[in-house]
Amino acid sequence: MSDAIPPNSVGWVTPRYAQFDEPLALESGRELPGYTLAYETYGTLNAQASNAILVCHALSGNHHAAGFHADDAKKPGWWDACIGPGKPLDTNRFFVVCSNNLGGCHGSTGPISENPETGELYGADFPMVTVKDWVQTQARLADHLGIERWAAVAGGSLGGMQALQWAIDAPERIGHAIVIAAAAKLSAQNIAFNEVARQAIRSDPDFNDGRYHRAGATPRTGLMLARMLGHITYLSEAAMGEKFGRERRSEQSDYGFDYNVEFEVESYLRHQGQSFVDRFDANTYLLMTKALDYFDPAAATGGDLAAALANVRSPFLVTSFTSDWRFPPAASHEIVRALLDTNKRVNYAEIRANHGHDAFLMPVPRYLEIFSTYMQRVADEVGV
Amino acid sequence: MTTLRPDLQMVADWVGKKQRVLDLGCGDGSLLRYLFDSRQATGYGLEIDPAGITQSVANGINVIESDLDEGLSDFDDDAFDQVIMTQTLQAVQRPDQLLREMLRVGRTGIVTFPNFAYYRLRYHIAVRGRMPMSEALSYAWYETPNIHFCTIRDFEALCAELGIHILERRVLSHDLKRPPLRGFLPNLFGEIALYRICRA
Repeated sequence: MSDAIPPNSVGWVTPRYAQFDEPLALESGRELPGYTLAYETYGTLNAQASNAILVCHALSGNHHAAGFHADDAKKPGWWDACIGPGKPLDTNRFFVVCSNNLGGCHGSTGPISENPETGELYGADFPMVTVKDWVQTQARLADHLGIERWAAVAGGSLGGMQALQWAIDAPERIGHAIVIAAAAKLSAQNIAFNEVARQAIRSDPDFNDGRYHRAGATPRTGLMLARMLGHITYLSEAAMGEKFGRERRSEQSDYGFDYNVEFEVESYLRHQGQSFVDRFDANTYLLMTKALDYFDPAAATGGDLAAALANVRSPFLVTSFTSDWRFPPAASHEIVRALLDTNKRVNYAEIRANHGHDAFLMPVPRYLEIFSTYMQRVADEVGV
Repeated sequence: MTTLRPDLQMVADWVGKKQRVLDLGCGDGSLLRYLFDSRQATGYGLEIDPAGITQSVANGINVIESDLDEGLSDFDDDAFDQVIMTQTLQAVQRPDQLLREMLRVGRTGIVTFPNFAYYRLRYHIAVRGRMPMSEALSYAWYETPNIHFCTIRDFEALCAELGIHILERRVLSHDLKRPPLRGFLPNLFGEIALYRICRA
Protein backbone atom coordinates (compact mmCIF):
# COMPACT_ATOMS: atom_id res chain seq x y z
CA MET A 1 0.00 0.00 0.00
CA SER A 2 1.62 3.20 -1.14
CA ASP A 3 -0.05 5.29 1.58
CA ALA A 4 1.97 3.33 4.13
CA ILE A 5 5.21 4.60 2.65
CA PRO A 6 6.73 7.47 4.66
CA PRO A 7 7.10 10.78 2.80
CA ASN A 8 10.88 10.80 3.18
CA SER A 9 11.21 7.44 1.44
CA VAL A 10 12.21 7.04 -2.18
CA GLY A 11 9.09 4.84 -2.44
CA TRP A 12 8.73 1.80 -4.67
CA VAL A 13 11.86 0.81 -6.51
CA THR A 14 12.80 -1.84 -9.05
CA PRO A 15 16.25 -3.18 -9.79
CA ARG A 16 17.80 -2.72 -13.20
CA TYR A 17 20.45 -4.80 -14.90
CA ALA A 18 23.46 -3.75 -16.97
CA GLN A 19 25.24 -6.27 -19.18
CA PHE A 20 28.97 -5.90 -19.83
CA ASP A 21 30.43 -7.97 -22.64
CA GLU A 22 34.01 -6.75 -22.48
CA PRO A 23 36.17 -9.29 -20.58
CA LEU A 24 37.21 -8.27 -17.09
CA ALA A 25 40.75 -9.00 -15.90
CA LEU A 26 40.61 -9.70 -12.18
CA GLU A 27 43.26 -8.99 -9.58
CA SER A 28 43.59 -12.74 -9.00
CA GLY A 29 44.87 -13.16 -12.56
CA ARG A 30 41.68 -14.80 -13.75
CA GLU A 31 39.31 -13.26 -16.24
CA LEU A 32 35.54 -13.08 -16.59
CA PRO A 33 34.31 -13.09 -20.20
CA GLY A 34 31.41 -10.79 -19.32
CA TYR A 35 29.08 -10.08 -16.48
CA THR A 36 25.85 -8.48 -15.34
CA LEU A 37 25.47 -5.92 -12.58
CA ALA A 38 22.16 -5.47 -10.79
CA TYR A 39 21.67 -1.92 -9.60
CA GLU A 40 19.12 0.55 -8.35
CA THR A 41 18.98 4.32 -8.73
CA TYR A 42 17.15 6.95 -6.72
CA GLY A 43 16.61 10.57 -7.71
CA THR A 44 17.29 12.09 -11.11
CA LEU A 45 20.56 12.51 -12.96
CA ASN A 46 20.92 16.18 -13.93
CA ALA A 47 21.78 17.37 -17.45
CA GLN A 48 25.48 17.76 -16.64
CA ALA A 49 25.51 14.33 -14.94
CA SER A 50 27.26 16.05 -12.04
CA ASN A 51 24.97 15.00 -9.18
CA ALA A 52 25.60 11.25 -9.12
CA ILE A 53 26.53 9.49 -5.88
CA LEU A 54 27.79 5.93 -5.83
CA VAL A 55 26.79 3.96 -2.75
CA CYS A 56 28.79 0.79 -2.04
CA HIS A 57 27.39 -2.04 0.04
CA ALA A 58 28.91 -4.09 2.81
CA LEU A 59 29.40 -7.85 3.26
CA SER A 60 25.79 -9.03 3.12
CA GLY A 61 24.21 -6.03 1.42
CA ASN A 62 23.11 -5.61 -2.16
CA HIS A 63 21.87 -3.03 -4.65
CA HIS A 64 18.62 -2.51 -2.74
CA ALA A 65 19.82 0.42 -0.63
CA ALA A 66 16.62 2.43 -0.23
CA GLY A 67 12.87 2.34 -0.74
CA PHE A 68 10.67 -0.70 -1.03
CA HIS A 69 10.33 -3.61 -3.40
CA ALA A 70 6.79 -4.54 -4.40
CA ASP A 71 7.26 -8.05 -2.97
CA ASP A 72 8.45 -6.78 0.40
CA ALA A 73 6.60 -3.67 1.51
CA LYS A 74 7.74 -4.05 5.12
CA LYS A 75 11.50 -3.88 4.91
CA PRO A 76 13.17 -0.93 3.17
CA GLY A 77 16.63 -1.03 1.57
CA TRP A 78 19.65 -1.36 3.85
CA TRP A 79 20.62 2.34 3.92
CA ASP A 80 17.13 3.80 3.99
CA ALA A 81 18.17 5.85 7.05
CA CYS A 82 20.51 7.85 4.81
CA ILE A 83 18.96 7.85 1.32
CA GLY A 84 15.76 9.69 0.44
CA PRO A 85 14.16 13.14 0.27
CA GLY A 86 15.66 15.34 3.00
CA LYS A 87 18.05 12.60 4.17
CA PRO A 88 21.86 12.93 3.98
CA LEU A 89 21.92 11.48 0.45
CA ASP A 90 19.02 13.72 -0.53
CA THR A 91 17.30 12.29 -3.60
CA ASN A 92 15.75 15.70 -4.32
CA ARG A 93 19.26 16.79 -5.25
CA PHE A 94 21.36 13.75 -5.91
CA PHE A 95 21.14 10.79 -8.25
CA VAL A 96 22.08 7.85 -6.05
CA VAL A 97 23.34 4.60 -7.60
CA CYS A 98 23.95 1.33 -5.78
CA SER A 99 24.98 -1.89 -7.50
CA ASN A 100 25.20 -5.44 -6.26
CA ASN A 101 28.90 -6.31 -6.13
CA LEU A 102 30.29 -8.74 -8.64
CA GLY A 103 30.27 -12.16 -7.00
CA GLY A 104 27.05 -11.30 -5.20
CA CYS A 105 23.90 -13.37 -5.18
CA HIS A 106 21.13 -10.87 -5.84
CA GLY A 107 21.27 -10.33 -9.57
CA SER A 108 24.88 -9.51 -10.37
CA THR A 109 27.02 -12.24 -11.86
CA GLY A 110 28.29 -14.52 -9.12
CA PRO A 111 28.42 -18.11 -7.91
CA ILE A 112 24.71 -18.68 -8.55
CA SER A 113 24.98 -17.45 -12.15
CA GLU A 114 25.50 -19.74 -15.09
CA ASN A 115 29.07 -20.23 -16.23
CA PRO A 116 28.91 -19.75 -20.03
CA GLU A 117 31.81 -22.16 -20.50
CA THR A 118 30.10 -25.12 -18.80
CA GLY A 119 26.42 -24.27 -18.88
CA GLU A 120 26.33 -25.02 -15.15
CA LEU A 121 26.21 -22.64 -12.21
CA TYR A 122 29.62 -21.21 -11.32
CA GLY A 123 29.39 -22.31 -7.70
CA ALA A 124 32.87 -22.73 -6.25
CA ASP A 125 34.40 -22.03 -9.68
CA PHE A 126 33.49 -18.38 -9.54
CA PRO A 127 36.78 -16.48 -9.37
CA MET A 128 37.72 -14.60 -6.24
CA VAL A 129 37.04 -10.89 -6.53
CA THR A 130 38.63 -8.00 -4.68
CA VAL A 131 37.69 -4.46 -3.73
CA LYS A 132 39.86 -3.26 -6.63
CA ASP A 133 37.89 -5.47 -9.02
CA TRP A 134 34.64 -3.99 -7.73
CA VAL A 135 35.88 -0.46 -8.36
CA GLN A 136 36.64 -1.50 -11.93
CA THR A 137 33.13 -2.88 -12.45
CA GLN A 138 31.53 0.16 -10.83
CA ALA A 139 33.57 2.44 -13.12
CA ARG A 140 32.15 0.57 -16.10
CA LEU A 141 28.67 1.00 -14.65
CA ALA A 142 29.38 4.75 -14.42
CA ASP A 143 30.35 4.74 -18.12
CA HIS A 144 27.17 2.84 -18.93
CA LEU A 145 25.08 5.46 -17.07
CA GLY A 146 26.92 8.39 -18.69
CA ILE A 147 28.56 9.46 -15.44
CA GLU A 148 32.07 10.77 -15.98
CA ARG A 149 32.63 11.65 -12.33
CA TRP A 150 30.81 10.77 -9.13
CA ALA A 151 30.06 13.77 -6.95
CA ALA A 152 30.83 11.37 -4.11
CA VAL A 153 31.40 7.69 -3.45
CA ALA A 154 30.02 6.61 -0.08
CA GLY A 155 29.82 3.45 1.96
CA GLY A 156 30.02 1.88 5.38
CA SER A 157 32.19 -1.06 6.45
CA LEU A 158 33.27 -2.99 3.33
CA GLY A 159 31.42 -0.26 1.41
CA GLY A 160 33.71 2.35 2.96
CA MET A 161 36.68 0.31 1.80
CA GLN A 162 35.36 0.58 -1.75
CA ALA A 163 35.04 4.37 -1.39
CA LEU A 164 38.67 4.47 -0.22
CA GLN A 165 39.80 2.30 -3.14
CA TRP A 166 37.89 4.56 -5.55
CA ALA A 167 39.79 7.60 -4.25
CA ILE A 168 43.06 5.76 -4.86
CA ASP A 169 42.30 4.06 -8.19
CA ALA A 170 40.28 6.75 -9.97
CA PRO A 171 41.11 10.08 -8.31
CA GLU A 172 39.84 12.05 -11.30
CA ARG A 173 36.46 10.36 -11.27
CA ILE A 174 35.41 11.03 -7.69
CA GLY A 175 34.57 14.36 -6.05
CA HIS A 176 34.41 13.20 -2.44
CA ALA A 177 35.03 9.97 -0.54
CA ILE A 178 32.73 9.18 2.37
CA VAL A 179 34.22 6.39 4.43
CA ILE A 180 32.08 5.25 7.35
CA ALA A 181 32.92 2.65 9.99
CA ALA A 182 35.63 1.23 7.77
CA ALA A 183 39.32 0.36 7.93
CA ALA A 184 42.37 0.51 5.67
CA LYS A 185 42.89 -3.18 6.42
CA LEU A 186 41.44 -5.86 8.64
CA SER A 187 43.01 -6.70 11.98
CA ALA A 188 44.08 -10.24 12.85
CA GLN A 189 40.97 -10.50 15.04
CA ASN A 190 38.75 -9.55 12.10
CA ILE A 191 40.38 -12.08 9.81
CA ALA A 192 39.95 -14.63 12.59
CA PHE A 193 36.20 -14.01 12.77
CA ASN A 194 35.98 -14.35 9.00
CA GLU A 195 37.91 -17.61 9.13
CA VAL A 196 35.57 -19.10 11.72
CA ALA A 197 32.63 -18.10 9.51
CA ARG A 198 34.27 -19.71 6.48
CA GLN A 199 35.10 -22.89 8.36
CA ALA A 200 31.51 -23.12 9.58
CA ILE A 201 30.38 -23.09 5.95
CA ARG A 202 33.14 -25.24 4.50
CA SER A 203 32.84 -27.95 7.15
CA ASP A 204 29.08 -28.29 6.69
CA PRO A 205 28.52 -31.79 5.23
CA ASP A 206 26.26 -30.24 2.60
CA PHE A 207 28.98 -27.89 1.35
CA ASN A 208 30.41 -30.46 -1.10
CA ASP A 209 33.51 -28.34 -1.80
CA GLY A 210 31.23 -25.52 -2.90
CA ARG A 211 29.47 -27.63 -5.53
CA TYR A 212 26.35 -27.99 -3.44
CA HIS A 213 24.06 -26.86 -6.25
CA ARG A 214 25.09 -29.87 -8.26
CA ALA A 215 24.41 -32.07 -5.24
CA GLY A 216 21.02 -30.41 -4.77
CA ALA A 217 21.87 -29.36 -1.24
CA THR A 218 22.67 -26.16 0.69
CA PRO A 219 25.11 -25.80 3.59
CA ARG A 220 22.35 -24.25 5.67
CA THR A 221 23.82 -24.94 9.07
CA GLY A 222 27.23 -23.58 8.16
CA LEU A 223 25.89 -20.40 6.61
CA MET A 224 23.55 -19.91 9.54
CA LEU A 225 26.43 -20.24 12.02
CA ALA A 226 28.52 -17.82 9.97
CA ARG A 227 25.74 -15.25 10.10
CA MET A 228 25.11 -15.77 13.80
CA LEU A 229 28.78 -15.17 14.53
CA GLY A 230 28.74 -12.10 12.31
CA HIS A 231 25.75 -10.66 14.14
CA ILE A 232 27.47 -10.96 17.49
CA THR A 233 30.37 -8.90 16.18
CA TYR A 234 28.13 -6.25 14.58
CA LEU A 235 26.50 -5.39 17.91
CA SER A 236 28.15 -3.99 21.00
CA GLU A 237 27.91 -5.78 24.31
CA ALA A 238 25.84 -2.88 25.62
CA ALA A 239 23.46 -2.95 22.66
CA MET A 240 22.92 -6.70 23.06
CA GLY A 241 22.41 -6.28 26.78
CA GLU A 242 19.87 -3.53 26.21
CA LYS A 243 18.04 -5.41 23.50
CA PHE A 244 17.90 -8.87 25.11
CA GLY A 245 19.45 -8.88 28.54
CA ARG A 246 18.79 -12.31 30.02
CA GLU A 247 15.16 -12.25 28.90
CA ARG A 248 13.71 -15.63 28.15
CA ARG A 249 11.07 -16.55 25.65
CA SER A 250 8.86 -18.57 27.94
CA GLU A 251 6.85 -17.09 30.76
CA GLN A 252 7.88 -20.00 32.98
CA SER A 253 10.38 -19.13 35.65
CA ASP A 254 12.11 -22.52 35.57
CA TYR A 255 14.94 -23.36 33.23
CA GLY A 256 14.17 -25.97 30.58
CA PHE A 257 17.38 -27.95 31.20
CA ASP A 258 17.57 -28.74 27.51
CA TYR A 259 19.02 -27.14 24.35
CA ASN A 260 15.88 -25.63 22.91
CA VAL A 261 15.70 -21.88 22.35
CA GLU A 262 15.35 -20.35 25.75
CA PHE A 263 16.98 -16.94 25.95
CA GLU A 264 15.77 -14.12 23.70
CA VAL A 265 19.27 -13.61 22.35
CA GLU A 266 19.36 -17.24 21.18
CA SER A 267 16.05 -16.78 19.45
CA TYR A 268 17.25 -13.59 17.77
CA LEU A 269 20.48 -15.14 16.51
CA ARG A 270 18.75 -18.26 15.21
CA HIS A 271 16.16 -16.15 13.45
CA GLN A 272 18.81 -13.94 11.89
CA GLY A 273 20.82 -16.98 10.83
CA GLN A 274 17.87 -18.87 9.38
CA SER A 275 16.39 -15.97 7.45
CA PHE A 276 19.85 -15.20 6.07
CA VAL A 277 20.16 -18.71 4.64
CA ASP A 278 17.00 -18.10 2.62
CA ARG A 279 18.37 -15.00 0.94
CA PHE A 280 22.12 -15.53 0.69
CA ASP A 281 24.49 -17.89 -1.06
CA ALA A 282 27.27 -19.60 0.89
CA ASN A 283 29.86 -19.24 -1.91
CA THR A 284 29.14 -15.51 -2.11
CA TYR A 285 29.62 -15.26 1.64
CA LEU A 286 33.00 -16.95 1.31
CA LEU A 287 34.04 -14.63 -1.53
CA MET A 288 32.99 -11.47 0.30
CA THR A 289 34.89 -12.41 3.46
CA LYS A 290 38.03 -13.07 1.42
CA ALA A 291 37.66 -9.68 -0.31
CA LEU A 292 37.57 -8.14 3.18
CA ASP A 293 40.63 -10.08 4.33
CA TYR A 294 42.66 -9.20 1.24
CA PHE A 295 41.83 -5.50 1.30
CA ASP A 296 45.04 -3.61 2.08
CA PRO A 297 45.74 -0.76 -0.35
CA ALA A 298 48.97 0.04 1.51
CA ALA A 299 50.41 -3.37 0.56
CA ALA A 300 51.28 -1.93 -2.86
CA THR A 301 53.44 0.75 -1.22
CA GLY A 302 55.29 -1.41 1.29
CA GLY A 303 52.73 -0.91 4.03
CA ASP A 304 52.85 2.88 3.78
CA LEU A 305 49.20 3.98 3.59
CA ALA A 306 50.11 7.66 3.15
CA ALA A 307 52.14 6.70 0.08
CA ALA A 308 49.19 4.67 -1.23
CA LEU A 309 47.04 7.79 -0.87
CA ALA A 310 49.58 10.11 -2.54
CA ASN A 311 47.51 10.65 -5.68
CA VAL A 312 44.17 11.10 -3.93
CA ARG A 313 42.47 14.35 -4.94
CA SER A 314 39.07 14.11 -3.31
CA PRO A 315 38.34 15.44 0.15
CA PHE A 316 37.25 12.80 2.65
CA LEU A 317 34.61 12.52 5.30
CA VAL A 318 35.63 9.73 7.67
CA THR A 319 33.37 8.72 10.55
CA SER A 320 33.54 5.98 13.14
CA PHE A 321 31.34 4.91 16.05
CA THR A 322 32.55 4.65 19.64
CA SER A 323 31.08 1.20 20.35
CA ASP A 324 32.16 -0.38 17.04
CA TRP A 325 34.64 -3.09 17.96
CA ARG A 326 34.62 -4.76 14.54
CA PHE A 327 35.87 -1.60 12.80
CA PRO A 328 36.84 0.50 15.80
CA PRO A 329 37.56 4.25 15.76
CA ALA A 330 41.30 3.45 15.79
CA ALA A 331 40.91 1.79 12.38
CA SER A 332 39.24 4.89 10.92
CA HIS A 333 41.86 6.99 12.59
CA GLU A 334 44.55 5.15 10.68
CA ILE A 335 42.96 6.36 7.43
CA VAL A 336 42.70 9.91 8.80
CA ARG A 337 46.32 9.86 9.92
CA ALA A 338 47.52 8.75 6.49
CA LEU A 339 45.49 11.51 4.82
CA LEU A 340 46.93 14.09 7.24
CA ASP A 341 50.44 12.81 6.58
CA THR A 342 50.05 13.56 2.92
CA ASN A 343 48.20 16.88 3.40
CA LYS A 344 44.87 15.73 2.01
CA ARG A 345 41.60 17.42 2.83
CA VAL A 346 39.86 15.31 5.45
CA ASN A 347 37.13 15.65 8.06
CA TYR A 348 36.76 13.17 10.86
CA ALA A 349 34.02 12.60 13.41
CA GLU A 350 33.86 9.91 16.07
CA ILE A 351 30.17 9.44 16.74
CA ARG A 352 29.04 8.39 20.20
CA ALA A 353 26.67 5.47 19.62
CA ASN A 354 26.13 2.22 21.46
CA HIS A 355 24.88 0.12 18.50
CA GLY A 356 28.28 -1.32 17.66
CA HIS A 357 29.30 -1.70 14.02
CA ASP A 358 25.65 -1.68 12.92
CA ALA A 359 25.44 2.01 13.92
CA PHE A 360 26.30 2.99 10.36
CA LEU A 361 22.91 1.63 9.29
CA MET A 362 21.00 3.42 12.06
CA PRO A 363 19.46 6.88 12.25
CA VAL A 364 21.92 8.08 14.90
CA PRO A 365 21.14 11.85 15.10
CA ARG A 366 24.71 13.18 15.17
CA TYR A 367 25.74 10.81 12.37
CA LEU A 368 22.88 11.95 10.14
CA GLU A 369 23.60 15.57 10.98
CA ILE A 370 27.27 15.54 10.08
CA PHE A 371 26.63 13.39 7.00
CA SER A 372 23.90 15.85 5.85
CA THR A 373 26.10 18.85 6.55
CA TYR A 374 28.93 17.35 4.53
CA MET A 375 26.59 16.47 1.66
CA GLN A 376 25.37 20.08 1.64
CA ARG A 377 28.95 20.99 0.84
CA VAL A 378 29.00 18.44 -2.00
CA ALA A 379 25.67 19.77 -3.28
CA ASP A 380 26.97 23.35 -3.24
CA GLU A 381 30.03 22.31 -5.22
CA VAL A 382 28.06 20.63 -7.98
CA GLY A 383 25.35 23.31 -7.88
CA VAL A 384 22.31 21.26 -6.88
CA MET B 1 33.64 37.25 3.68
CA THR B 2 32.31 37.31 7.22
CA THR B 3 33.82 39.64 9.80
CA LEU B 4 35.73 38.00 12.60
CA ARG B 5 35.49 38.65 16.30
CA PRO B 6 38.12 41.34 17.13
CA ASP B 7 40.44 38.94 18.99
CA LEU B 8 40.32 36.46 16.12
CA GLN B 9 40.95 39.29 13.68
CA MET B 10 44.13 40.17 15.57
CA VAL B 11 45.19 36.53 15.36
CA ALA B 12 44.41 36.44 11.64
CA ASP B 13 46.51 39.57 11.13
CA TRP B 14 49.49 37.62 12.44
CA VAL B 15 49.11 34.90 9.81
CA GLY B 16 50.96 35.45 6.56
CA LYS B 17 49.90 34.37 3.07
CA LYS B 18 49.73 30.71 2.07
CA GLN B 19 50.76 29.36 5.44
CA ARG B 20 50.07 25.88 6.68
CA VAL B 21 47.95 26.34 9.77
CA LEU B 22 46.76 24.06 12.56
CA ASP B 23 43.97 25.47 14.76
CA LEU B 24 43.73 23.75 18.15
CA GLY B 25 40.14 23.95 19.37
CA CYS B 26 38.86 25.48 16.15
CA GLY B 27 35.28 25.93 17.39
CA ASP B 28 32.93 26.57 14.48
CA GLY B 29 35.86 26.90 12.09
CA SER B 30 35.30 30.59 11.31
CA LEU B 31 38.93 31.59 11.91
CA LEU B 32 40.23 28.88 9.56
CA ARG B 33 37.55 29.74 7.00
CA TYR B 34 38.74 33.33 7.11
CA LEU B 35 42.38 32.29 6.78
CA PHE B 36 41.57 29.95 3.87
CA ASP B 37 39.74 32.76 2.06
CA SER B 38 41.81 35.83 2.87
CA ARG B 39 45.28 34.34 3.30
CA GLN B 40 45.06 31.28 1.02
CA ALA B 41 46.02 29.28 4.08
CA THR B 42 45.74 25.49 4.17
CA GLY B 43 45.51 23.15 7.12
CA TYR B 44 43.27 21.63 9.73
CA GLY B 45 41.16 22.43 12.74
CA LEU B 46 41.00 20.13 15.75
CA GLU B 47 37.82 20.18 17.83
CA ILE B 48 36.14 17.98 20.40
CA ASP B 49 32.69 19.58 20.61
CA PRO B 50 30.18 17.87 18.27
CA ALA B 51 28.32 21.11 17.47
CA GLY B 52 31.61 22.85 16.65
CA ILE B 53 32.62 19.95 14.42
CA THR B 54 29.37 20.09 12.47
CA GLN B 55 29.63 23.88 12.06
CA SER B 56 33.24 23.49 10.95
CA VAL B 57 32.12 21.00 8.30
CA ALA B 58 29.44 23.49 7.24
CA ASN B 59 32.15 26.15 7.02
CA GLY B 60 34.04 23.93 4.62
CA ILE B 61 37.26 23.69 6.60
CA ASN B 62 39.02 20.41 7.38
CA VAL B 63 38.06 19.44 10.91
CA ILE B 64 39.35 16.43 12.82
CA GLU B 65 37.59 15.31 15.98
CA SER B 66 40.41 15.23 18.53
CA ASP B 67 41.07 15.44 22.22
CA LEU B 68 43.92 17.90 22.72
CA ASP B 69 44.70 16.24 26.05
CA GLU B 70 45.98 13.29 24.03
CA GLY B 71 48.63 15.45 22.39
CA LEU B 72 49.32 16.07 18.73
CA SER B 73 50.83 12.70 17.84
CA ASP B 74 48.97 12.76 14.50
CA PHE B 75 51.38 15.42 13.29
CA ASP B 76 55.06 15.34 12.45
CA ASP B 77 57.63 17.84 13.68
CA ASP B 78 57.49 21.17 11.82
CA ALA B 79 54.39 20.11 9.87
CA PHE B 80 52.89 23.62 10.11
CA ASP B 81 54.00 27.22 9.70
CA GLN B 82 51.60 28.35 12.35
CA VAL B 83 49.83 26.54 15.19
CA ILE B 84 47.00 28.58 16.66
CA MET B 85 45.23 28.09 19.98
CA THR B 86 42.57 30.68 20.78
CA GLN B 87 40.91 30.62 24.21
CA THR B 88 41.67 26.94 24.64
CA LEU B 89 44.83 26.86 26.78
CA GLN B 90 42.82 27.21 29.98
CA ALA B 91 40.62 24.23 29.11
CA VAL B 92 43.28 21.54 28.65
CA GLN B 93 44.70 19.13 31.22
CA ARG B 94 48.34 20.09 30.77
CA PRO B 95 48.83 23.51 29.14
CA ASP B 96 52.61 23.16 29.50
CA GLN B 97 52.72 19.91 27.54
CA LEU B 98 50.40 21.24 24.87
CA LEU B 99 52.54 24.36 24.42
CA ARG B 100 55.54 22.12 23.88
CA GLU B 101 53.56 20.02 21.39
CA MET B 102 52.45 23.16 19.56
CA LEU B 103 55.99 24.26 18.96
CA ARG B 104 57.06 20.76 18.01
CA VAL B 105 54.56 20.53 15.11
CA GLY B 106 54.73 24.23 14.22
CA ARG B 107 57.49 26.72 13.60
CA THR B 108 55.57 29.46 15.37
CA GLY B 109 52.51 29.54 17.58
CA ILE B 110 49.74 31.96 18.44
CA VAL B 111 48.12 31.62 21.86
CA THR B 112 45.25 33.62 23.30
CA PHE B 113 43.67 33.19 26.73
CA PRO B 114 41.55 35.07 29.26
CA ASN B 115 43.81 36.89 31.71
CA PHE B 116 42.80 35.85 35.21
CA ALA B 117 44.44 38.94 36.71
CA TYR B 118 42.12 41.29 34.82
CA TYR B 119 40.91 43.92 37.30
CA ARG B 120 37.23 43.00 37.06
CA LEU B 121 38.06 39.38 37.91
CA ARG B 122 40.23 40.51 40.79
CA TYR B 123 37.23 42.46 42.04
CA HIS B 124 35.05 39.29 42.00
CA ILE B 125 37.48 37.48 44.25
CA ALA B 126 38.89 40.32 46.33
CA VAL B 127 35.68 42.23 47.06
CA ARG B 128 32.80 39.86 46.45
CA GLY B 129 34.60 36.71 47.48
CA ARG B 130 33.16 34.83 44.50
CA MET B 131 34.78 32.97 41.64
CA PRO B 132 34.95 35.43 38.75
CA MET B 133 32.58 35.47 35.83
CA SER B 134 32.96 37.82 32.88
CA GLU B 135 32.36 38.03 29.14
CA ALA B 136 35.44 35.92 28.54
CA LEU B 137 34.74 33.57 31.46
CA SER B 138 31.02 33.09 31.25
CA TYR B 139 30.70 29.81 33.17
CA ALA B 140 29.90 29.18 36.82
CA TRP B 141 32.75 27.48 38.69
CA TYR B 142 31.01 24.08 38.84
CA GLU B 143 30.33 23.78 35.13
CA THR B 144 33.27 25.53 33.56
CA PRO B 145 35.41 23.68 31.04
CA ASN B 146 38.18 26.12 32.00
CA ILE B 147 40.31 24.24 34.49
CA HIS B 148 43.69 25.99 34.34
CA PHE B 149 43.38 29.71 34.73
CA CYS B 150 46.49 31.79 34.35
CA THR B 151 47.53 35.39 34.25
CA ILE B 152 49.75 37.25 31.84
CA ARG B 153 52.62 36.97 34.33
CA ASP B 154 52.02 33.23 34.84
CA PHE B 155 52.06 32.60 31.12
CA GLU B 156 55.25 34.53 30.56
CA ALA B 157 56.91 32.72 33.46
CA LEU B 158 55.89 29.37 31.96
CA CYS B 159 57.26 30.39 28.56
CA ALA B 160 60.59 31.27 30.20
CA GLU B 161 60.64 27.92 31.97
CA LEU B 162 59.84 25.99 28.77
CA GLY B 163 62.37 27.93 26.71
CA ILE B 164 59.66 29.51 24.60
CA HIS B 165 60.49 32.84 23.03
CA ILE B 166 57.73 35.48 23.03
CA LEU B 167 57.79 37.31 19.70
CA GLU B 168 54.91 39.66 20.39
CA ARG B 169 52.21 40.33 22.98
CA ARG B 170 48.94 42.19 22.66
CA VAL B 171 46.03 42.60 25.03
CA LEU B 172 42.38 43.41 24.58
CA SER B 173 40.26 45.00 27.24
CA HIS B 174 36.57 44.67 28.04
CA ASP B 175 34.28 43.85 25.08
CA LEU B 176 37.40 42.98 23.09
CA LYS B 177 38.27 46.66 22.77
CA ARG B 178 41.76 48.13 22.59
CA PRO B 179 43.21 48.46 26.09
CA PRO B 180 43.18 51.81 27.88
CA LEU B 181 46.37 53.84 28.42
CA ARG B 182 48.10 52.23 25.39
CA GLY B 183 48.35 48.89 27.11
CA PHE B 184 49.72 50.20 30.38
CA LEU B 185 49.61 47.57 33.17
CA PRO B 186 48.48 44.77 30.84
CA ASN B 187 48.12 42.24 33.65
CA LEU B 188 45.56 44.54 35.27
CA PHE B 189 43.72 45.99 32.29
CA GLY B 190 43.98 43.19 29.75
CA GLU B 191 40.99 40.84 29.64
CA ILE B 192 42.32 38.78 26.73
CA ALA B 193 46.01 38.19 26.13
CA LEU B 194 47.37 37.34 22.69
CA TYR B 195 50.87 36.01 22.09
CA ARG B 196 53.00 35.09 19.16
CA ILE B 197 55.60 32.55 20.27
CA CYS B 198 58.36 30.40 18.87
CA ARG B 199 61.06 28.04 20.05
CA ALA B 200 63.91 29.95 21.63
